Amino acid sequence: MVSGLINANPIIYQKKERRLRTAPSLPHDEYSVEPIDQQEDPEHPYSLEELKVITEDAIEVDDRHSYVRVTFTPTVEHCSMATVIGLCLRVKLMRSLPSRYKVDIRVAPGSHATEAAVNKQLNDKERVAAALENPNLLDMVGECLAPTYD
Amino acid sequence: MELKEIQRLEGHTDRVWSLAWNPATGHAGVPLVFASCSGDKTVRIWEQNLSSRLWECKTVLEETHIRTVRSCAWSPSGKLLATASFDATTAIWENVGGDFECVSTLEGHENEVKSVCWNASGNLLATCSRDKSVWIWEVQPGNEFECVSVLQGHTQDVKMVKWHPTEDILFSCSYDNSVKVWADEGDSDDWQCVQTLGEPNNGHTSTVWALSFNPGGDKMVTCSDDLTLKVWETESIGMQSGGGFAPWRHLCTLSGYHGRTIFSVHWSGEGIFASGAADDAIRLFVEDTESQAGGPLYKLLLKKEKAHDMDVNSVQWSPGEKPLLASASDDGTIKVWELVS
Repeated sequence: MVSGLINANPIIYQKKERRLRTAPSLPHDEYSVEPIDQQEDPEHPYSLEELKVITEDAIEVDDRHSYVRVTFTPTVEHCSMATVIGLCLRVKLMRSLPSRYKVDIRVAPGSHATEAAVNKQLNDKERVAAALENPNLLDMVGECLAPTYD
Repeated sequence: MELKEIQRLEGHTDRVWSLAWNPATGHAGVPLVFASCSGDKTVRIWEQNLSSRLWECKTVLEETHIRTVRSCAWSPSGKLLATASFDATTAIWENVGGDFECVSTLEGHENEVKSVCWNASGNLLATCSRDKSVWIWEVQPGNEFECVSVLQGHTQDVKMVKWHPTEDILFSCSYDNSVKVWADEGDSDDWQCVQTLGEPNNGHTSTVWALSFNPGGDKMVTCSDDLTLKVWETESIGMQSGGGFAPWRHLCTLSGYHGRTIFSVHWSGEGIFASGAADDAIRLFVEDTESQAGGPLYKLLLKKEKAHDMDVNSVQWSPGEKPLLASASDDGTIKVWELVS
């Protein structure tokens, strides 16, 4: 069967039991970073966690310095969805975290053929802002994020 | 020295990307005026009240751009305001007794227009876009604008265009990490790239976001995602009598001061340059007269931590005798600062 998918048969992993996070130190900090691993892959009906695109360990949170770094691993190194996945992660964090947070998003070192280009685009806020004014991209982001709002 | 906040201006409902002081204001009893533009698709015009010294929003320019307004620029006379938008157009507004009317819309770029700038005499306008091109427009009678050149050369988005303060030489900086210098070498709108300042000649190693000239026009400073500021100089300004171009060379790199992307840099008439960065801080730099040979020639004068609650996208010194600094931020506000000792 001919498939249009970039990775037609991804390996599916078990969802990890959620580890309890200690209560954040600041009073208004009721938000959490967890919602992003429920996010759906743009190409598959699985969550990013089930595809091991995102793992809990790959989300670094430094609450004191208001800093978050997410490192995700595309399922194949030529994944053309990497920038869309990264955009979804950024939007979800923008909507979930207090605005004081600085967020860096990158693909895992060695996990993507055009790693530097993908990282540069994901962290250029002007490109991100322009992308989010594009109705088609915004729809795609909306679909990916829908399960995280259940 | 201290950067003292005079006022915090609210009104925009999304991030403020950029602001521009009207160069025809701030002297001879004319109150200072600046324009700001935002992700809320509007432009706001702010004027200082001469008695209270406080700023108020005089008018909101809306319902023209249908996407983010990324940058704005006043003509040298202060009569026209150009606004560049992600909607791929540049609008020209005429100030008629405080009312602003959109008198022209410049179309042609394939996608987001990111920056717009008037030349010193106000007869040329430059725009740049994510489509990698830089366009030069000539001002015709009756608010008509004719595209006289489309400059290709950058391999990625062009983030900013800036004319030299006295010469018709154009500078563009890009996501491709380079700054390009463009000049009209013939007399028939034959615009060419005459120099590229990139990694091989001590240039930046990531996106160059902005540049600004010193008052004399023989030095410029560039800022980048590579977390450095770089100062460049030229032996003589503009085209030499033989028709040759005097190239720019790297003077020094200021590294170690910024921890996140530097979005904006602006050199004041007094020789102080300000930077605005993604770490929410504003920094001021001055010439270091005691620097050792080979050392950096500029030093940090002061750092204003938490100048805003979020990224500082634009810093601009006002015209006039005692310049004020204005800053625009992702937090949706603009702040006006005074440098006091």
